[in-house]
Amino acid sequence: MTLVRVLAFSVVVLLAYTLFANILPQVQSDPPTDEAPVAADGLDMPAMIAWGERLFSGKGTCTLCHNDLGRAPDLLKLNLAETWADRLGNANYEGEAKGEEGAAAIEIYLRESMVDTSAYVVPGFGKKGTNDTVSPMPAVDAAPISLSEVEMNALIAFLQDRTGVDVTVPLPTGDDGEDVAGDDEDGEEEGPAESAQVALDKYTCSACHDVNDSGADAGPPLHSLGAKLGRDGIREAILDPNATIAEGFEADMMPDDFGDQMRVSELDMIIDYLMTLDAKGDAQ
Amino acid sequence: MNPVRLTFAVLAMAFAVMVLPDLVFAADPAPQPTRADYPAIKGFSARTLVWGLSQMHLFLAAFVLAVPLFVLCIELAGVLSGDDRYDNMAHEFMKISMAAYSFTALAGGGLAIALFLFYPHLMGYLLKVFKGQTLIYALLFGLESVCLYVYYYSWDALRYGDRKWYHMTIGLILNTVGLALLFVANAWAAFMMSPAGVGPDGAVTGTVWEATRNPLWNPLNLHRFLANIAYGGAIVGAYAAYRFLSEKSADLRAHYDWMGYTSNIIAVVGFLPLPFAGYWLMAEIYAYSQQMGITAMGGVLAWLFIIQAVLIGSILLAANYYLWCGLGRTDRGASYAPYVKYIAVVMVGGFLVWVTPHSLILTPQELQLMGGSHHKVLGPLGIMPAKNTAVNLMLVFTFLSFQMFYRSSRVPTVSWYKAGNAAIIALYVVGCLNIIAAGIYGYITPTVYKVGASVPQVVTTLSIIVFAAIIDGFMLKGATKTQVNWGRMTVRSQYALFVLPVAFTWLMALMGYIRSSLRTHWHVYTIMKDNSPEAYIPTIGEAGNIITVITLMFMALIVFIFWLSQLGATKQVPQRQAAVQPAAGAGS
Ligand code: HEC
Ligand code: HEC
Repeated sequence: MTLVRVLAFSVVVLLAYTLFANILPQVQSDPPTDEAPVAADGLDMPAMIAWGERLFSGKGTCTLCHNDLGRAPDLLKLNLAETWADRLGNANYEGEAKGEEGAAAIEIYLRESMVDTSAYVVPGFGKKGTNDTVSPMPAVDAAPISLSEVEMNALIAFLQDRTGVDVTVPLPTGDDGEDVAGDDEDGEEEGPAESAQVALDKYTCSACHDVNDSGADAGPPLHSLGAKLGRDGIREAILDPNATIAEGFEADMMPDDFGDQMRVSELDMIIDYLMTLDAKGDAQ
Repeated sequence: MNPVRLTFAVLAMAFAVMVLPDLVFAADPAPQPTRADYPAIKGFSARTLVWGLSQMHLFLAAFVLAVPLFVLCIELAGVLSGDDRYDNMAHEFMKISMAAYSFTALAGGGLAIALFLFYPHLMGYLLKVFKGQTLIYALLFGLESVCLYVYYYSWDALRYGDRKWYHMTIGLILNTVGLALLFVANAWAAFMMSPAGVGPDGAVTGTVWEATRNPLWNPLNLHRFLANIAYGGAIVGAYAAYRFLSEKSADLRAHYDWMGYTSNIIAVVGFLPLPFAGYWLMAEIYAYSQQMGITAMGGVLAWLFIIQAVLIGSILLAANYYLWCGLGRTDRGASYAPYVKYIAVVMVGGFLVWVTPHSLILTPQELQLMGGSHHKVLGPLGIMPAKNTAVNLMLVFTFLSFQMFYRSSRVPTVSWYKAGNAAIIALYVVGCLNIIAAGIYGYITPTVYKVGASVPQVVTTLSIIVFAAIIDGFMLKGATKTQVNWGRMTVRSQYALFVLPVAFTWLMALMGYIRSSLRTHWHVYTIMKDNSPEAYIPTIGEAGNIITVITLMFMALIVFIFWLSQLGATKQVPQRQAAVQPAAGAGS
């Protein structure tokens, strides 16, 4: 009897802990994916910048440190256009951007900050006991972050764009494509869809939307969107579906990872095509 | 097959596997298996199996390694005091841990098999890095078995006089071997978190010693050493409490009450310095990789420290509750009873401060932020100083609870006892003020220095404890002892002794989950990626459920082990004598 009572008591205590663990916010942390939106070809600058933004909080794990908690400069608030002069003019600055001007200097400085992190340490942020000579920031081109050259370019593009200076990094070329898609684990890359209609089926749009005469009604019909949303509106509706919710429908219904799956060429094709559809869904 | 022999065979096989590739490809980088390279059984989670087995192995090993440590101390106390009760108790503690030993080996063997089966590349790589150390581990394991059996079975044969010292020497060897085992196993776990002695691609560049002496090895050694002692104490405490509740005779109840009290002290003594060891471990993690440190304290794992706070809070509350009930054992205890409510206020208040998350209710926006793989920080660190202050005060007052009971059976006879009392009170008051002041300072300084503010707090806490103990030691020298009525304890108080092992077991598994998760998607951090389908960090709920299942299985095993050890002492007696035979188990 004593045994039963003692065990029952212990199990109740145990279950209380378990319950507590289950009512806290639940987050699963998946290994980073490469998040490359496209193969080699056809990445335009807005897509590059958007990719950089995803890298910033995703694979790059920059937000882990660069946030408003004071562990590292808050890059999202920092106005690089103003601070760079300050950084480069600092007596301690001996890095490669010395003597450069404007957006080009910012690019060099940003890249240097990422790969040779201790080249210049923002005062007050150095490793404890090193008198701001060693940066606690890991080089992002080495493990564990392991960004590729192109990914770093995307990050620089994102940071430059945020600051409002010219984006100076090059778009990826065909050769970089290897780099972008190279890490893909399963190598199941297929070629891009050959037409917009094929793409709409390939990415299951037609399973939810009335398009290609599918008659589906899980989402609004993709008719006469050109007038309603315009190019940019359509782009946003596809890449970030929860940004605005179509009337009569709920959020979180439409997958938000098309940006990761599609090639830019396919996205453009779909947008071009949707722009042409009239109220009955016929191409004009 | 005998579990010990089985483990040995597995390890020997592993050694053979290791030697051959090592001769051929010594300078190869770490293997990078792709998803398809991981042996998989459909619908079966290899990670959960390995998780369960390693946790089970760790529970048992922690228990089995910890018990001989304090048993030896109690044995020594028995020799120094000449009181046979100590020796009987030590022997009984040993008896419980003996029954657990073969299960430890069994779980360890199972773990090794599962690891080689499901993570062959990782294990192959670790063997390559640690070379013959696996063999040393196997040898140590054999030696541990020998020492353990000799130590236990020679107990009565080497009980008095010079022979006792031989026995204690065996105990010392046993503990040395046990610690060596712990340290070797820690080296592998720590290497996976902070690899050393290998190049950036994983090619072996250094010696085995360099790989062993990686940055997190020693912090982990200390942390696990202390935690094991607390854990071992908590488990034998549950044994004592259970026996107390089920025995009828007053003598036996007195014996088990005293045993429970001692176990509780062991658990608390192991526990008090643990936060300090925790800070050191955390600081070393930050120094090794700020990214890893922030992943722990501010990233996806931040909420876990709230659960940790609840667990530690319940451990401290339970231990204190037990100590307060203990005041009922002495007649003078009643004069201390009025203070209990103040201590209780501090304990409960501290507990509440500690478990209050920075933002209890998340806005949808925050939730969305948490949805990413590495999301923005929740910021419990923002109020870390408040939490540190709370936990330090709780530790100080736990010690005070213990001190009250200790004094309740002793009337000081030294002339300066008034001054001594005043000094102790002053020590507590000044110490607590200092802890609070450091907390406030931590609150107003920028985040970077917050961690620094916690060091003076911990130092103050430890100083209070050490100096209060020293002053008391002198003051109560030659004190008139009043009687302690062992066994005069409420039934309810014993339940506190069950909260301890349950909370400790769950807590240990939780910390194991955190420690492994810090590597994120790496087998060996920055060197060997985990490309298996289960490379993700599970949610707290999922982890909690798994931990609970493991804990339940461990509890079942422990009940079985207790039953075994009791069975071993049960003698069936011929019918006629049964009436005069005392109940089984007392101090045999
Ligand atoms: C482990 C924490 C950590 C991570 C992760 C991290 N950083 Fe940093 N970073 C810092 C710290 C600390 C500093 C300030 C010290 C210095 O100048 O190196 C810094 C400085 C910088 C600077 C210079 C800022 C200035 O004000 O001049 C840039 C640019 C930067 N980081 C970009 C990044 C990017 C992009 C990523 C993600 C790919 C990243 N960081 C990831 C900690 C981190
Ligand atoms: C699982 C079902 C589902 C799939 C698959 C899906 N969508 Fe949607 N989509 C919805 C729903 C529901 C809405 C309305 C809610 C909202 O705006 O997010 C929507 C909204 C839209 C809108 C905005 C329409 C408006 O009138 O504002 C566009 C454009 C769109 N989707 C395009 C696409 C494209 C292109 C694809 C394929 C790449 C696609 N969707 C795939 C369910 C889906």
